[in-house]
Amino acid sequence: MSDTVIRAEKLGKKFIIGHYDQRDTMFREAMMRRARNFFRKGAELFRGQPIIEGDSAEEFWALRDVDFEIKRGELVSIIGHNGAGKSTLLKILSRITEPTEGRIEITGRVTSLLEIGTGFHHELTGRENVFLNGAILGMTRAEVRRRFDEIVSFSGVEKFIDTPVKRYSMGMYCRLAFAVAAHLESEILVIDEVLAVGDAEFQAKCLNRMSEVASGGRTVLFVSHNFAAVRSLTRRAIVLRRGRLSFDGPVDAALSNYTAATTTSAQTRRDWGRGRNVTVVAADLVDQQGVPTERYEAGKPLRFHIVFDTNGMSGLALELVLRDEHNVAVAYYSTLVFGQAPLPTTPGRYECTVSLDALYLAAGSYSLDVKTGFPGIEEDHRVDGAVPFIVEICSPNNIPYSFRQDEGVGTLALSLTAPLEFAPVRADAPTGHG
Amino acid sequence: MSTVDQRSSERLVLEAGRADRQYWLDLWRYRELFFILAWRDVSVRYRQTLIGIAWAFIRPFLTMVVFTVLFGQLAKLPSTGGSPYAVMVFAGLLPWTLFSSILGDASASVVSNSNLVSKVYFPRMIVPLGTVVVALIDFAVSLVILAGVMVWYGVWPGWQILLLPVFVALAVITAVGPALWAAAIIVKYRDFRFVVPFVLQFGLYASPVGFSSSIIPEQWRLLYSINPLVGIIDGFRWSIIGGASPIYLPGFILSLLVVAGMMWWGISMFRRTERGFADLI
Repeated sequence: MSDTVIRAEKLGKKFIIGHYDQRDTMFREAMMRRARNFFRKGAELFRGQPIIEGDSAEEFWALRDVDFEIKRGELVSIIGHNGAGKSTLLKILSRITEPTEGRIEITGRVTSLLEIGTGFHHELTGRENVFLNGAILGMTRAEVRRRFDEIVSFSGVEKFIDTPVKRYSMGMYCRLAFAVAAHLESEILVIDEVLAVGDAEFQAKCLNRMSEVASGGRTVLFVSHNFAAVRSLTRRAIVLRRGRLSFDGPVDAALSNYTAATTTSAQTRRDWGRGRNVTVVAADLVDQQGVPTERYEAGKPLRFHIVFDTNGMSGLALELVLRDEHNVAVAYYSTLVFGQAPLPTTPGRYECTVSLDALYLAAGSYSLDVKTGFPGIEEDHRVDGAVPFIVEICSPNNIPYSFRQDEGVGTLALSLTAPLEFAPVRADAPTGHG
Repeated sequence: MSTVDQRSSERLVLEAGRADRQYWLDLWRYRELFFILAWRDVSVRYRQTLIGIAWAFIRPFLTMVVFTVLFGQLAKLPSTGGSPYAVMVFAGLLPWTLFSSILGDASASVVSNSNLVSKVYFPRMIVPLGTVVVALIDFAVSLVILAGVMVWYGVWPGWQILLLPVFVALAVITAVGPALWAAAIIVKYRDFRFVVPFVLQFGLYASPVGFSSSIIPEQWRLLYSINPLVGIIDGFRWSIIGGASPIYLPGFILSLLVVAGMMWWGISMFRRTERGFADLI
């Protein structure tokens, strides 16, 4: 019997994505387009194709020509940017979606954790949800019953186990959900970024649990943005870039390959159209040496290198809008509003580096819109999402875990300018600063 | 652990368009998930409601009262074989409610469980089939009411009642075919979510629920039986009221053929599209 438990050959997955060609300026145009799209959708229905929202469709390979082999008991990380194909690969491995081309052979029972608490029902109690979630993840009722006490004590919500989970705090909910997942018994475990929940203590507990699982001789595939976890849990890593396998080998080499990859891909040329007066030609996030990068290290100065063409028109400003992963604008800079730095009035191509104060941006992905125009009056050239970048880790004061955007408490970690001291207030003394 | 060991030696090949030869075996293996999803739907159904399970009694009872007054008293339609109108209506209402709740719930079930479909693997057919259990439980409650109504009117069933389970199974099968088809199509085109309730509303009056199928003129009866519910409902009445409500045999056979056709169509449609559910949902 071969020792290979997963073998992927020429694996590929294609999606059809829709595009909207442009924004409509006229009501009539918009109506025409609606009508055209209506007939196109109707035709698609008759041909039995899925509905594509948009004006034109395009093929998109989320994954292509991916080959790899994984042996029994190996611990492998899969790393790559957002959209590199990691999730698609995991979905194929867990049989949620099927490949468009190529094949994959799996020996053994696979359980996948693409999220924790899949199928949790808010009206059901913690106890009921443990059984429900266990069944969804492929455990039998007998298995769940046998490990029930372990699961509950791992989660630390014993007191509330017969309370509907809708009354749980987010932390309790996540802990219970992870506890079920942590007690799965299968030969191959596929895990997607589930460590990002709970407080630092619970995360440490999860990491411990994962290495226990890993040392138990099981095969583990692990996707994470947390480099520390990748390093400590796995020896081998597969780097995906734009749907292709870019590196497969020891973890340290893979991480440096991944980091190097980000710098080269940022320099690719792009076509952003033109503005009437001032056109943004290129914009990049740059590191402290001025080299383009796609990763911002939280707590270091935030620097953008921008190239633009101007016809010499005066009174225009360069504006930057920072957006978080929900596309919510969280920060703004303008050369005119926040400083009198008018753009040059001699026609030609210029470059500049906008150096901004260090920020503790929460870990996650961001994008920067670059705009030119007369602030508050008229836009000249606007490039939405011109500079996408990610923050891998945000740990001000070297806290042992990463503050993340998806915790839902904001995109900025605030830091103190003076040490925080708690002084007792005497009952007879007046309160406040007075 | 025995189940794990047994599965571990298995080799699974994932490939484009590969017909899953072990599908039905897989469906059997995932029976625990089937029961637990059904249990979830049942146990969530009446949570945080004031009168809880009483809803299962009130709804069919009031529908029966309305139909009896409307068709029996106002329109003065004849009952079959001298049985009380209320009993006849209820005997028709039972299979109809079973049919319509399976079709309504199952067709929406895949989309409403999209969080499961996009995150874990299981034979997708489990989800629509699970709704059958919920509908059957409501059906059992309605049977109790029927028994009460029959005692009230002093109607006693004959030996035909023994065949009732057959007709229950037929009603379920009649619903499952179109439900699977609709569940698959709704994943792709959400429009059909609005079509199903409309068809059900229409079907309530196109099927002999509030009236007896014997009022249909003889020359149209075979044509009328293309609606598979005609045969099913007639069968229900026959087994509950007894010989007084005879089955129209050619029509019944036609209904069975239509049911079989719809079942085959529904299953093949569902099987063909289910591998793409996660991409479309």
